[in-house]
Amino acid sequence: MLHFIGQALTSFVASAAFGIIFNAPRRMLLHGGFVGMIGWIIYLVLEYAADAVPATLAATIAVGVISQLFSRMFRAPVIIFSVAGIIPLVPGGLAYNAMRSFVQNDYSAAMGMAAKALMLSGAIAVGLVLSEVLNQLIQSISRSARVKSTTK
Amino acid sequence: MIQWCRYRALFHMKRSLIRLEYIRHEPTSPVESEPEMRNKIQHAVTEPSEQSQVIAICLLAGKIMLQSGGETYRVEDTMKRMAAALGLPHSHSYVVPTGIFFSVDATEPAKLIRISERTTDLDKVSEVNAVSRRIGQGQLKVQEAHDLLLEIERKPSGYSYAVQLSAAALSSACFTIMFGGGWGDFLPALICGGIGYAAVILFHRWVRVKFFAELTASFVIGMLAFFLVYVGAGFERDKIIIGSVMPLVPGLLITNAVRDLMAGHLVSGLSKGAEAFLTAFAIGTGIAVVFSLLM
Repeated sequence: MLHFIGQALTSFVASAAFGIIFNAPRRMLLHGGFVGMIGWIIYLVLEYAADAVPATLAATIAVGVISQLFSRMFRAPVIIFSVAGIIPLVPGGLAYNAMRSFVQNDYSAAMGMAAKALMLSGAIAVGLVLSEVLNQLIQSISRSARVKSTTK
Repeated sequence: MIQWCRYRALFHMKRSLIRLEYIRHEPTSPVESEPEMRNKIQHAVTEPSEQSQVIAICLLAGKIMLQSGGETYRVEDTMKRMAAALGLPHSHSYVVPTGIFFSVDATEPAKLIRISERTTDLDKVSEVNAVSRRIGQGQLKVQEAHDLLLEIERKPSGYSYAVQLSAAALSSACFTIMFGGGWGDFLPALICGGIGYAAVILFHRWVRVKFFAELTASFVIGMLAFFLVYVGAGFERDKIIIGSVMPLVPGLLITNAVRDLMAGHLVSGLSKGAEAFLTAFAIGTGIAVVFSLLM
């Protein structure tokens, strides 16, 4: 439990700090941190339960959907929220280990890890696509509901 | 009828000739500095024609957004919306990461802006977005909008270098914990990440090659992490390095590349993806050099 609290706290701080690095507006920093925290917690739980690839996929979708929601709520571009959330999911550690194995001439291990890193990057891309599609669905449903309510 | 056609053709030729002349006589230096460019845009706006003023506003908005790290499709969309709201409904804009083409209709020549320096400043993207929204709602006059955009362009970044450095250091330390490092590595990662980020800013200022700056910075991070673990200040070298490298990771580029590809902007998406890959490659190479030197 303590482990989880520590992870939530660090992911919140890390995402908010990334907002500062990217010059995000000051009043949006906490929102960005929140998106990053949710994404990272989903990733941690699912990685423990299943595997890194579905965990990354689910976390990316969650980050995308929440960022779009925030973007409409606070009338700001989506990237302000989504960038900080995506960055922890980038397979930096795996890419690093792959690179290290390459340098140490352990090619078979390196190829395996590089392939896994590629899979994870693909999962991020697919997650972004899916969240976009989900959002367009949500938007069109809410719009048609609005049209119906006005025509009644 | 034929005569009329011939007359029209002649007329058009004359017009384009005049235009060519105009372009040729415009004093242009091959390398144009920022203030000169700004003056030129201002100059263009003081011209009496309403249309050229609107074009200048759209170009300025697009330029600010693209230089600050906005997605390509957002830049195109914003420019078109602004033009439509200001009375030019049939505009076309074509945006790639290194330039903007903008034309208002088929008879007018297209305008072009070259983007050579790109930074990340999401605050500016969001402010230009707000201006375009207000124009769309009809709250802003042309001149007011232009003044606002100029103000946004001149505005310095919202955070000082010191604040950004400490943010990078803090996020490095947090990432070390997130990737399974112990709390004992918090401080070493803080130092490594901060110095690494400072290195990338410094090297980029000295040498205008982004790839080289990133390579050197990750080299510095690797060396420092080895040193800290050797001295006994840090425990897990790998975790420290991974955490410290995170501020250099091209997260924004990756996200934008995927979003652009999805929106059908294949050229922008692929070139941003290539930039992201190059950055990742630079970071990896820097670390690999450290490993091959010290192991």
